[in-house]
Amino acid sequence: MAFDSFSAFLAMDGHGPYVWTCYAVFFLLMGVMTWWSLRQRRAVIAQQRRRMAPTPSADERPAAASFTRIESSQD
Amino acid sequence: MWQIFHKLGSPKWFFGIASTLMPWLLVAGAALLMTGIVWGLVFAPQDYLQGNSYRIIFIHVPSAFLAQSVYIMMAVAALVTLVWRMKLADVFVTAVAPVGAVLTFLALFTGAVWGKPTWGTWWIWDARLTSMLILLFLYFGVMALGAAISDEKSSARAVAVLVLVGVVNIPIIKYSVEWWNTLHQPATFKLTEKPSMPAEMWVPLLLSVLGLYLIFGWLACLRMQTHILAREGRTRWVKELVQAREN
Repeated sequence: MAFDSFSAFLAMDGHGPYVWTCYAVFFLLMGVMTWWSLRQRRAVIAQQRRRMAPTPSADERPAAASFTRIESSQD
Repeated sequence: MWQIFHKLGSPKWFFGIASTLMPWLLVAGAALLMTGIVWGLVFAPQDYLQGNSYRIIFIHVPSAFLAQSVYIMMAVAALVTLVWRMKLADVFVTAVAPVGAVLTFLALFTGAVWGKPTWGTWWIWDARLTSMLILLFLYFGVMALGAAISDEKSSARAVAVLVLVGVVNIPIIKYSVEWWNTLHQPATFKLTEKPSMPAEMWVPLLLSVLGLYLIFGWLACLRMQTHILAREGRTRWVKELVQAREN
């Protein structure tokens, strides 16, 4: 082990801020890259699924202008 | 031979291979990288000249190394795109360019933070640093050009030409520390000589380089799969695959 104590490890003889900034930014950016790539993949799969979704059949489709409404309005 | 070549170019075949490889790449890559970093941070001895700031090397060198080799891989893929019109080669170039940009930025950033306590300055316009900055802009250029042209084929060709023109920069980066007087120290690893540092320093460094290489492989597979899913959305195998995931 190159350090006597945990605080010496954190301080790195005064170079701590430099070393830890580098490691933090490294892991942050690699993490963001991974998260972004996973999200893109989910988005593409969701998009393909929407495109493939079967068109709803006649009885499932929400009623457009229907005769019933017109009839009720005539009363 | 040509059959293998054709198979390699088939997005469907690649998708399957990538799926089997990815867990191994991620686990082995993370294990190697973490071993290298913990070894380098906690157990490797201090540098007699630079003190502890040299511990940045365990992420600086892997990032810089990958930044350049990703570009070389992209150049090979660009050549394949132009000569054989292989779809998968272009998928690689577009999928990987942002990863290359992030790695180049990391190399520049960690280098700047390392430079402050070591050289007394964050940045200097010397050959190594400037050519790395040009590499970053090349990556940005590739990303922007790919996004700007909507037609898949003309986009692929334009990007491939840009990547191939930019490859001139790679030998400049590599030899900048030898051709010019620079603040940057010479290469840590050379194929022909033993490293000038003790084994307790270069072994963890080698581990983290290999680890980051494997993690890049994982990211490349993941991102290429995404691009394939988006591009091949109309083929039957992609439709079946997406449907299978749903259930």
